Amino acid sequence: MMKLPPLRIYALAYLVFLYAPIVLLPIFAFNDGTIIAFPLKGFTTEWFAQMLANDTLGRALKNSLIIAVSSAVMATCFGIFAARAASRFNFPGKGGIIGLIMLPLVLPEIIVAVSLLVVLLGMGVTLSIFTVMLGHILICTPYAIAILNTAFNSLDRSLEEAAYDLGETKWSTFRLITLPLVMPGLISSFLISFTISLDEFIIAFFLAGNEPTLPTYIFSQLRFPKQIPMIMALGTCLVLASIVLLTIAEYFRRRGIARTGGKDTGGFL
Amino acid sequence: MTTRPTMIEFRDVHKYYGDYHALRGITAQIRAGEFFSLLGPSGCGKTTLLRTIAGFEDISSGAVLIDGKDMSRVPANKRPTNMVFQSYAIFPHLSVQQNVAFGLRRDTRPQAEKDKMVAEALEMVGLKGYGARAAHALSGGQRQRVALARALILKPKVLLLDEPLSALDKKMREQMQVELIKLQRQVGITFVLVTHDQEEALVMSDRIAVMFEGEIAQLADPETLYRRPNSRRVADFIGVMNFLPAKVLGEAGGHIQVEAAGLGAFDIEAQQAPGAVTGGEASVGFRPETLTILYEGQTAQDRETAGTIDEVVYYGDMTYYDVKLDGVAAPVRISMRNVFGRPVLDVGTRTRVAWSPGALVLFR
Repeated sequence: MMKLPPLRIYALAYLVFLYAPIVLLPIFAFNDGTIIAFPLKGFTTEWFAQMLANDTLGRALKNSLIIAVSSAVMATCFGIFAARAASRFNFPGKGGIIGLIMLPLVLPEIIVAVSLLVVLLGMGVTLSIFTVMLGHILICTPYAIAILNTAFNSLDRSLEEAAYDLGETKWSTFRLITLPLVMPGLISSFLISFTISLDEFIIAFFLAGNEPTLPTYIFSQLRFPKQIPMIMALGTCLVLASIVLLTIAEYFRRRGIARTGGKDTGGFL
Repeated sequence: MTTRPTMIEFRDVHKYYGDYHALRGITAQIRAGEFFSLLGPSGCGKTTLLRTIAGFEDISSGAVLIDGKDMSRVPANKRPTNMVFQSYAIFPHLSVQQNVAFGLRRDTRPQAEKDKMVAEALEMVGLKGYGARAAHALSGGQRQRVALARALILKPKVLLLDEPLSALDKKMREQMQVELIKLQRQVGITFVLVTHDQEEALVMSDRIAVMFEGEIAQLADPETLYRRPNSRRVADFIGVMNFLPAKVLGEAGGHIQVEAAGLGAFDIEAQQAPGAVTGGEASVGFRPETLTILYEGQTAQDRETAGTIDEVVYYGDMTYYDVKLDGVAAPVRISMRNVFGRPVLDVGTRTRVAWSPGALVLFR
């Protein structure tokens, strides 16, 4: 037998540790039994049917999608403003301001969640998916800025000057030149913000009030062993959705690079 | 050449970046239809000055006039200037056709006419039939041409070129220099070129402004700049110039009496001292080709001195000799065209050198 070098064993073990649990999701999602254990009992799609028939789950999913899409759009918009300002202009206190905006990236989420809760309750705001949205925008914006900063910085400034020089206004220059060229960055920023928001638990748990989101709903259902196969089915759907999303993101990223003739320096996949 | 009207006028232009004084009182005029170069080392303010014409930089004080109109309140997109950028700034997501037609977007002409203009512009820069190509698939030289076509399609009064040839290899650069000169004559538009390459400026320009540290040191046609630089700094920047320590002995009747190390005492005309020498310590400068090494049997047409060959650099068509003139420690460089049948001299050879006071420049 070929001797495996230690580093290769380590790499393989790492990958197994990373993906084996995820592989278990679809296996048990189709297993005809409520107990999550081998041997498997038989094939069923009952858990998927149960999942689709569950109204609370439906609401949680709807809530999560609304929150994730809005947070991603808002975070990306804020990201555009901040990244453009950071890459194009110099103003006093720029470093400090950008630093403060980026701080939630390293701040423990529980602190963000608790302090937001205190402030919102103090202001008399009713907790709802809107308050979750606010929290998610706060934590997604730094990621959006980080991604968009790269996109704006790699954009040759003279491209914008050239368009302006050729008679376009500042706004039409942005629309015709800047926006198309940073589009791959925008899509990345949107998708990453979307993903962060979709599976965010702590802020959603604190700020959602009575409204369920997908992560808080899944957490609440884990207390009931009977529900676990349905959660497995849900997990399977989410994994599939993630793969589709990443594929789309990668497709756009590569197309963007091919269109502008840039060099592929790696991406998601 | 008849005197042409002024196209661009700088009136005491100053530019500060915070405490940094980037342009220090630029006053100059660029004539209509001329090929004008701003030449200087990096950081001398030449690009900043070009960008004040384009409108990309505000000026702190003074005025920039284009075709007699003050540009202080005219933004870059409304100025009658177009620019070719150092990076060419070809829009990578557009085709060649779309790039060149970009400036016509706001034009109300019918599409067929615009297409014709684009085709003409592409033909003018030697890219006929390239319209459908993706911009990012072009070579450096082709990008340069697209940038030119794109800037010229609007028929600007002034075309601004920011180091347009610096990204090309030597062969391509020399080819483009010639093409740019031809193009400029063909369209008759005022070209303002920024370059740090003195050779490029000499080859292409009608007139050149040499800049150091935010000031114009000398503004003249290439020949004057080469033959009669007004300071040691300009002389040093453009080509090779030898300097010898000298003393001004006196001045009379439009002539200056000078005594230079290794050359002895002689008279020069007052116009050979463009830096206005008053007296005392000075230096004389001369180009390597103004001195000639004399072979057996040759005699100097004007004056003669002697020295020893210190170094020989053979270039094929030319040989550069570093010669230590008698009584001078530092060698001077003399360039000689190689002629068939005439040997290249060895290091250490004693030699006679012909020179002429008329070819000298006197510096402070």
